[in-house]
Amino acid sequence: MSDLAGMVATALAQVETCASVAALNELRVRWLGKKGELTEQLKTLGALPAADRPAAGARINEAKQRLQAAIDERSAALEQAALDAQLSSGQIDVSLPGRGEHRGGLHPVTRTRLRIEEIFARAGFEIASGPEIEDDFHNFEALNIPANHPARAMHDTFYLEDGRLLRTHTSPVQIRFMRERQAPFAVIAPGRVYRCDSDVSHSPMFHQVEGLLVDEGVSFANLKSVLHEFMEVFFERDLAMRLRPSYFPFTEPSAEVDISCVLCSGKGCRVCKQTGWLEVAGCGMVHPNVFAACNVDAERYSGYAFGMGVERLAMLRYGVNDLRLFYDNDLRFLAQFSGA
Amino acid sequence: MKLPLSWLRDWVDLPADAGAIASRLTSLGFEVESLQPVAPAFSGVIVAEIQSIAPHPQADKLRVCTVNAGAGAAPLQIVCGAPNARAGLRTALAQVGAELPNDLRIKAAKLRGVESAGMLCSARELGISAEGEGILEFPSDAPVGQGVRDYLELDDWILELGITPNRGDAMSVLGIARELAAAYGVALKSPPAGQGRKVLVESDARVPVRLVPGAGCGRFLSRAVQGVRAGGQSPRWLQERLRRAGLRPISPVVDVTNYIVLELGQPMHAYDRALLSGTIVARSAQAAESVTLLDGRTIALESDVLTIADDSGVVGLAGIMGGERTSISEQTTDLFLEVAWFEPGAIAGRSRRHGLLTDASQRFERGVDPALQERALERATQLILELTGGSAGPVDLQELPERLPARSPVVLRQSRLARVLGREFESRQISEQLQALGMQVEPQGQGQWRVTPPSWRFDIHIEADLIEEIARSVGFDQIPEQPAVGHRRLRLTPETKIDERAVLQLLAARGFHEIVSFGFVDPALQQQLLGPQTAAALRNPIASDLAVMRLSLWPGLVQAALQNLRRQQERCKLVELATVFRPDSNGAVVETPMVAGLAVGPRLPEQWGAVRAGLDFHDLKGDVEALLAISGQSGVLTWAPLEAPPPALHPGRCAAVLRDGARIGVIGELHPALARALEISGEVQLFELELAQVTEAAPTRFAPVSVFPQIRRDLSFAVDAGESFSRIEAHVKVAASTHLRELRLFDVYTGKGVESGRKSVALGLILQDVSRTLTDEEADRIVADVVASLSSGLNAKLRE
Repeated sequence: MSDLAGMVATALAQVETCASVAALNELRVRWLGKKGELTEQLKTLGALPAADRPAAGARINEAKQRLQAAIDERSAALEQAALDAQLSSGQIDVSLPGRGEHRGGLHPVTRTRLRIEEIFARAGFEIASGPEIEDDFHNFEALNIPANHPARAMHDTFYLEDGRLLRTHTSPVQIRFMRERQAPFAVIAPGRVYRCDSDVSHSPMFHQVEGLLVDEGVSFANLKSVLHEFMEVFFERDLAMRLRPSYFPFTEPSAEVDISCVLCSGKGCRVCKQTGWLEVAGCGMVHPNVFAACNVDAERYSGYAFGMGVERLAMLRYGVNDLRLFYDNDLRFLAQFSGA
Repeated sequence: MKLPLSWLRDWVDLPADAGAIASRLTSLGFEVESLQPVAPAFSGVIVAEIQSIAPHPQADKLRVCTVNAGAGAAPLQIVCGAPNARAGLRTALAQVGAELPNDLRIKAAKLRGVESAGMLCSARELGISAEGEGILEFPSDAPVGQGVRDYLELDDWILELGITPNRGDAMSVLGIARELAAAYGVALKSPPAGQGRKVLVESDARVPVRLVPGAGCGRFLSRAVQGVRAGGQSPRWLQERLRRAGLRPISPVVDVTNYIVLELGQPMHAYDRALLSGTIVARSAQAAESVTLLDGRTIALESDVLTIADDSGVVGLAGIMGGERTSISEQTTDLFLEVAWFEPGAIAGRSRRHGLLTDASQRFERGVDPALQERALERATQLILELTGGSAGPVDLQELPERLPARSPVVLRQSRLARVLGREFESRQISEQLQALGMQVEPQGQGQWRVTPPSWRFDIHIEADLIEEIARSVGFDQIPEQPAVGHRRLRLTPETKIDERAVLQLLAARGFHEIVSFGFVDPALQQQLLGPQTAAALRNPIASDLAVMRLSLWPGLVQAALQNLRRQQERCKLVELATVFRPDSNGAVVETPMVAGLAVGPRLPEQWGAVRAGLDFHDLKGDVEALLAISGQSGVLTWAPLEAPPPALHPGRCAAVLRDGARIGVIGELHPALARALEISGEVQLFELELAQVTEAAPTRFAPVSVFPQIRRDLSFAVDAGESFSRIEAHVKVAASTHLRELRLFDVYTGKGVESGRKSVALGLILQDVSRTLTDEEADRIVADVVASLSSGLNAKLRE
């Protein structure tokens, strides 16, 4: 039986030095397989006296178990080593940039316009649109601006060969909307408008958003409220707002809307020309002549209208200091607005 | 309009400083665009007289002056370097202790060894003028010892006002003073000192005047003034007023006419009477008439222009500008003064037509008070006599009373006022506010008034006009902010309408930047891209390259890409959502919202581990497919070669996008010749779709999902190189019929191993039955059918 101890020692030594899972497998077959050397030992039991057989069998089994345990342990170690080797060679540079397309973006004027639309849509305003090529009636006459009216001087108008014109404001959408629909109305009309004027602070095409709310008992106090609320929601901060009397032929009373400067909080800066105020919109109560042109009963209904320049609000919101950047379409400018 | 505050204070005593008055004006609707002091702050500067002058012992350029600084003061020794310093000159002296602009403080000093007790000042040193060599020169009657600020009335402010077109009545000192008097509840000083008197008539010189009814002149007051000295300059006070109001002094008579416009808002004109012949007539221009104006321009007149004419022809454009022939000069001795009332409708538009926006035309087209002419003529005559001497003739009045505006009463209801403005007003407040503005207010029962506006108000016709007056008078800040009450209905937001944001976000995620370009484009570029098509042209473009309305968004996109490529961008993916303007067969312009894109440069931004390849047709087609997919519309999309491709596109690399056979857009590669002409290297891909095809979605309808396994069979075969995938697809679909769940094209190959003139195509067929498991045998049969169809129909050869 000294043979057995020797065999175990030899096998354990072989397992201990075994360097691969494959070699370890061979060792397992050689010693513990069906015809393995330790398994063969069991066959020798028959030659022993019956009384000795249980003890000898137990010793052999114990030896097999010891060897099996050693092999399992070695196998686990080898697998771990193999995994370690795989991991260490499979290390990557996580700082390399990710692959694929880079994000583009929405134009800041569009972003601003959509934001304005969404704010008013949440307050129950519909979104309407109208043609950019207009006729004199919708752009001027119906808005209480007859031919030769001095207010026409405020609208440098582009004319087409056929006498029609490029709308100078989004207000004609009010007219179309009111003539097609029945009061009450709550509508927002965003869009491109045109004036033949081009310099540092004027573009021949720009964007306006027109708002109109007509119902029974709509008042100037309601107008003040909706504009102030809008400005605070748009700029996401508390703001002072003031209305200054002004003149638009299609509203009366008419007002310019100033808000406290969003850049200096009203302390005075270059953008607000040291006044602390920024002019951001025009507004007023719909003029009875406009209602008449749209067949709306001005005794029963009253309404307010307002208009704002999208570029102006975009400049203030994003700190853009030159109007012309919006139409230059320089990717270095546009890429700054890639965020959703 | 610029006005010095001192002039307003002549007319009304205002218990407020300049800043407060300015903000009050703004809140009344007269926007103060700027408020500037006439002179910067300085102190300790008085009028002084140089009594004698002697050379400086140590310096050639300096002299030593003995200066009288006023009664009771000892003469001062002042060193001065100004070349115009001379004995007898009255000038400005900054005394010791004086503080000048730019933080200059005057101390007693020694200049080159000689004591100097102050400094004689130039206009520039006092900050009252940018120019001015030498020390100030005052007239010999300037009061020695008086503060220069008082003497020159420098404690004054210049208001620059934006007057809205409805308020012609406010385009004068009188008009603004009237508003301020009402606002502050004080009386207008009417008439201010020296005004309101009638001039003594000392001559019987008359000029006959006739008004042609219907021509546009309602009143014409005039008088002759004989024996004036028209040369020379106006006195300092008058010149200074005009300057502070932004006008250049010219000569006494012209200055007076300008003064009257500014003060009263009544334009007037002075003619050299000796140059007039016969009767003065206010009439419409006759055929083929022209006139040479004061500015030297000769203009041809249309028959709707109101003119002033004498027996020799037109002498001026009524209410706009006088003519050169009868204008006054230094030699003029006899004047003919015209103070008229012209109908706004007879002036409006004419001045703009001729590019003549004058002080007169702006006032007449907005409306001049028809009760103002007598006062203006008297005031003008008085000033002219004061300044130039002469004797005034009798006033001649020609009038067509039926052409003068009558002020009709307007009914104001207290309840309506409250409803429109959103707050209540007391009856007393209402009538007082309106009366303060010159309106006649008669109560008409409870809470109702009949209000007659004054002659100068051309903007009060209906109740809303009065409501505005009340709102303006009390101040918009006195109207509360009040959220609307009541339920606003939920608005319909159809699921079948995809909003623009979704469209743009999809494209942004695929690398596109949205651009915004003008609606009008360069006609040359548009024609280069689209060929000779008619586009709506502007009559008055701002530039020749912005002269026609766009027929496509491509000109804007190409332009933007060009500029970015010039700025060293190697890759551009641009999109625009905007309207195009296409004439229909009747010539009417149809506006269609489009979505269009452009892509040029590498397929992906330069990066590691990616194949460097240029963007091609199929890359952009993938973007377009993704775009069309968001609509969820089920129609069959086909990409058909264009029969007549526009010049913009490579004829072999372009397609019409069809949905169920109807054309919804175009896609293609920019023609290489055009790319070369535009100096673009690289292949530019373009697409344009009708926006509605993307944003009008089909509501999703559920279809059952098969629970049975699918079988995939791959096929690789060779076909003629010119064979289109769409034909292959059609054959497969027909042959595989209802069992084909999906057809995947996973390779298209030409080159080694493929006969020349042929290409290898590899397809994956995903087969499935909705109601049972498909057997291998069935799959084999389907594949055999597909192969048979491809071989017989397309001469395909299966590859092993």
